[in-house]
Amino acid sequence: MIRLEKRPQPSRFFAYVTPLLAVLATFLFGGLLFAALGKDPVQSIMTIFWEPLFGEFAFYYRPQLLIKGAPLVLIAIGLSLGFKAGIWNIGAEGQYIMGALFGAGMGLAFYPTESVLIFPAMVLAGAFGGWAWAMIPALLKVKFGTNEILVSLMLVYVAEQFLASMSLGLLKNPEGFGFPGSRNLQQYASAHNAEIIAGSGMHWGVVAALIAVIFAYVLLARHRLGFAVRVTGEAPRAARFSGVNPSRLLLFCLGTSGMLAGLAGLFEVSGPAGQVSIDFNVGYGFTAIIVAFLGRLHPIGIVLAGLLMALTYIGGDIAQSQLGLPAAAIQVFQGMLLFFLLALDLFTNYRLQFGRTEAA
Amino acid sequence: MTALLALDGLTKAYPGVVANDTVSLSIAPGEVHALLGENGAGKSTLVKMIYGLVKPDQGTMQMHGAPYAPLEPRAARAAGVGMVFQHFSLFDALSVAENIALGMENAPKLRALSEQIRKVSDTYGLPLAPDRIVGDLSAGERQRVEIIRCLLQDPKLLIMDEPTSVLTPQEVEILFETLRKLSAEGTAILYISHKLEEIRALCDAATILRLGKVVGECIPRDTTAREMAEMMVGKVLSTPSRPSVTLGDTLLELRGLSRPSPSAFGMPLRDISVSLRKGEVLGIGGVAGNGQDELLAALSGEMRAPEGMVHLKGVDIGALGPNARRIAGLLAAPEERLGHAAAPDMSLTENAMLTGAAREQLEKKGFLNWPAARGFAERIIETFDVRTPGAGNAARSLSGGNLQKFVIGREVLQRPEVLVVNQPTWGVDASAAAAIRQALLDLATDGAAVIVISQDLDELMEISDRFAALNEGRLSEPRSTDGLTVEEIGLLMGGAHGMEVAHV
Repeated sequence: MIRLEKRPQPSRFFAYVTPLLAVLATFLFGGLLFAALGKDPVQSIMTIFWEPLFGEFAFYYRPQLLIKGAPLVLIAIGLSLGFKAGIWNIGAEGQYIMGALFGAGMGLAFYPTESVLIFPAMVLAGAFGGWAWAMIPALLKVKFGTNEILVSLMLVYVAEQFLASMSLGLLKNPEGFGFPGSRNLQQYASAHNAEIIAGSGMHWGVVAALIAVIFAYVLLARHRLGFAVRVTGEAPRAARFSGVNPSRLLLFCLGTSGMLAGLAGLFEVSGPAGQVSIDFNVGYGFTAIIVAFLGRLHPIGIVLAGLLMALTYIGGDIAQSQLGLPAAAIQVFQGMLLFFLLALDLFTNYRLQFGRTEAA
Repeated sequence: MTALLALDGLTKAYPGVVANDTVSLSIAPGEVHALLGENGAGKSTLVKMIYGLVKPDQGTMQMHGAPYAPLEPRAARAAGVGMVFQHFSLFDALSVAENIALGMENAPKLRALSEQIRKVSDTYGLPLAPDRIVGDLSAGERQRVEIIRCLLQDPKLLIMDEPTSVLTPQEVEILFETLRKLSAEGTAILYISHKLEEIRALCDAATILRLGKVVGECIPRDTTAREMAEMMVGKVLSTPSRPSVTLGDTLLELRGLSRPSPSAFGMPLRDISVSLRKGEVLGIGGVAGNGQDELLAALSGEMRAPEGMVHLKGVDIGALGPNARRIAGLLAAPEERLGHAAAPDMSLTENAMLTGAAREQLEKKGFLNWPAARGFAERIIETFDVRTPGAGNAARSLSGGNLQKFVIGREVLQRPEVLVVNQPTWGVDASAAAAIRQALLDLATDGAAVIVISQDLDELMEISDRFAALNEGRLSEPRSTDGLTVEEIGLLMGGAHGMEVAHV
C-alpha cells in the first residue's frame, strides 16, 4: 500500500524542484500525445522549445518572447498577491479588456492632437479601468459576501460584450470603411506604445512588468502589507488576530491585480495589437493564472514561468504552421503543465509512505 | 480472577519516536484503571492499539485469556471494547437517537432505539431525551450521547479519553456515579486523564506512562496527587508562587459589554461588567463554548465594541483594532495555538513578527526588520525554554507545549499592561504548565493585570486573586478566590446542564 504522510516541515527541496519535474513530465506526456497524433514527438517538442530561441528565424521570435511574456507576467504578478492571500481573482481577462478600452478610449478622445501627456493619461486610464472592473467583485464580496471567483469570472463575459459593442459602436474607426475596430493607435504617435529599442520587443509594458516584479518582491519580503497577504493565506484567523483587516486586504489584492491586468491591456492595445477589435483578447488573463502557479506565486518564479508560457505560445504557433499540429493539442500541452505542477506540488507538504496500512 | 484485558510488551514506533515501548498492563473485570501521563507520553497510542485503530509493532494483547488483535475498531467493538473520544463525532443537525443510530452496525427502528436510549439513560443516571437535536445540547449532554452509544453495545471495557475536560463539577459528579455503577456491574473502565484529584476519587489502580514507557503503578487512593504528578514528570515540581502585592489603579474596565454572536455556533456576550486593577489576576472559568472565545476576541480587538463598553486606563478603546490595542498596552493570547495564535506553516521568526511588530519596533514605516524579529524570536525561545532547533522552524513542527510556551512568551516579553490569555496550559505538560503559570504571576507582580480564561479550575484557583464564571455569555460577579469552594464555583458555572436549572 502507498499512502501519503504529511511532512513536519514543508520541503524546501521539492518547492524548488517541482516546477522542473512538472516541465519534464509535460515533455514526456506531451510527447506521447503528439506521437498519438502521428507526429514525431521529439521533433514536436524541439519545434516548440528550440525553434523560437535558436532556430533559423530566432531573430524574429525572440522579441516576441518579451511581447507575449510581458502581459502574462504583469497580470500574474497581480494575481499572485491575491492567490497568496486566498483571494481568487479569476477575471483578469475581463480587467485586461476594460483596461484596454479605458486606455484606448482616453487616447482616441484626443485624436488627432499630439502631446507627450496623452500616453501617460492613457496609462492612468488603463490602470483605472482594470481597477474599477476588479472593484465590482471586491465590493460585492465585502458588502454582501458574494463569491469573488464566480463574480470576477462572469464579469469577463460582460467585458467581452463591452468590447464587441465598443468595436462596433463608440470606438469604431470613422474612416474604417465600416469594418469593426477602432483607429490604429500605432499610427497615432502620441498614443503609440512603441518599442523603446527598435526590434527588441522591449515596449513600455515590459518595463511596467519589471517594475511590478520588483515591487511585488519587496512588498512580499519586506513590507507589512506583503506579510499580511502571506499570513492571511496561511492562517486567516491568525492574520485577523495580528491586526489584518480582511476587507481592506481584499480590496487591496483585487484592486492591485485588476490594475495590473488593466495596464497589460492598455500596453497591448496601444502597442502590439494597435486597435480595439472584437477579437482583441486572446486569453492572457486566463493563461496568467497558470503562470502565477507555475511560478509558485513568487515574483522571480513568475518571470521565468511567464517566459516559458510565452515560449509555448510562440513555439505552439510554429508547430501548428510547420507540423500541422492542431491548436487544441497545444492547449492540452499547456494545460498539462499546470496539471503536473499542481499534482507534484503535493510532495512539498507530503511524502509517500510505502508499506503497512494504518488508520491512525 | 483472570484479567479481562492483558497487554504484554506492546511496542509501537513512529518515524523518529517510540510512542510505546514494551508497555504491559492488565485490567480486571469491573476495575477502574487510570492511564496517567503527560502529553506525548503515549497514552493515546496505547488506547488506539486496544481500540484497533493502530497496530502494534511488537507485543500481544489478550482478552479473557484469548489472543486479541483487533484489525479495526469494528472488531474491537465486537469484542466488547467501547471508546468515548475526547472530541465528539456527532452531527449537530440530527437528533440524539439519529446520531446513535448512525454509529451502530445494525440499528433498530428509531422508535425502538429511543426506548433503549431511555432505558439506558434511566439505569445509569444519564438524563438525556432521545428526540432532542444535538446542536442544542451542552458539552456534558453531548458526552452522554457518546457514552450511551457505547453502552448500548454492552461493552466489557469502556475507554474514556479525558472525559471531564468539558464538564462542570456537578456534571463530573454525575459522570462518576455512572462510571461507578458500570464498574459495580462488572464493566472495566480505562480512564485517561491528567486531573489527578479525579483519578484519586474514581480509580482503583493507575499505570503511569512517561516517554512511552511504564514508569510506575500505584493505588491512587493511597497516593497523593503530588506524588503521582512527580512520577508523571519524573522530577520534583515547584508550585507557582508570588509575593503578595497591593493592587494599584484600575487598568481595564468593561461596562455592560454586549455583542451578538459572531458566527452561527458562537455565543453572544451579554452585559459583561468587570474591572481589573494593576497587579491583579482575574480567573474566568466556565464550560467551553460559553463565550470564552468571544470574550477574548472582544478584548484582543478582533471584535470591536460600541462606545462606552471597553476602557483601558480610562480611555475608550472599543473601536480600536488589535494593533492599536497592543500599542495601548492590551495584549492577548487566544486558545487555538495553530491557526489563531500562530500561523502553522510560518517560521517562529515570522510568528514573532505576527504580534510583536508594533511593540518590539520590528517595523519602521511599514517595512519589516527581519533580523530584529529573529532576535525577538530567539529571545522568546531562550527565555521560555522553547525546545526547537531554531527560530527558522515552522510553528507546526513544535509540540503543543513548546508552541504554547512560545505563544505566551511572545506576549509576556512585550511587557503588556493588561494580558488576556485563553486556556494558557491546555494540552501542555505539567512542567511547562508550571512555567507558564509562573510567568503570568511574575507579570502581575511587576504591575500588569492578567485575565486567565481557563477550563482548568485547579489552575484558576492556584493563580487567580478573583474568580468569575462565564455562563451562556454572562459573566458572574467576580469573587475572591479565598475560601471559594468547588461547589460554589460549579453553581457559578451554571450547575449541571439538564439536571437542575441554575440559569439566571
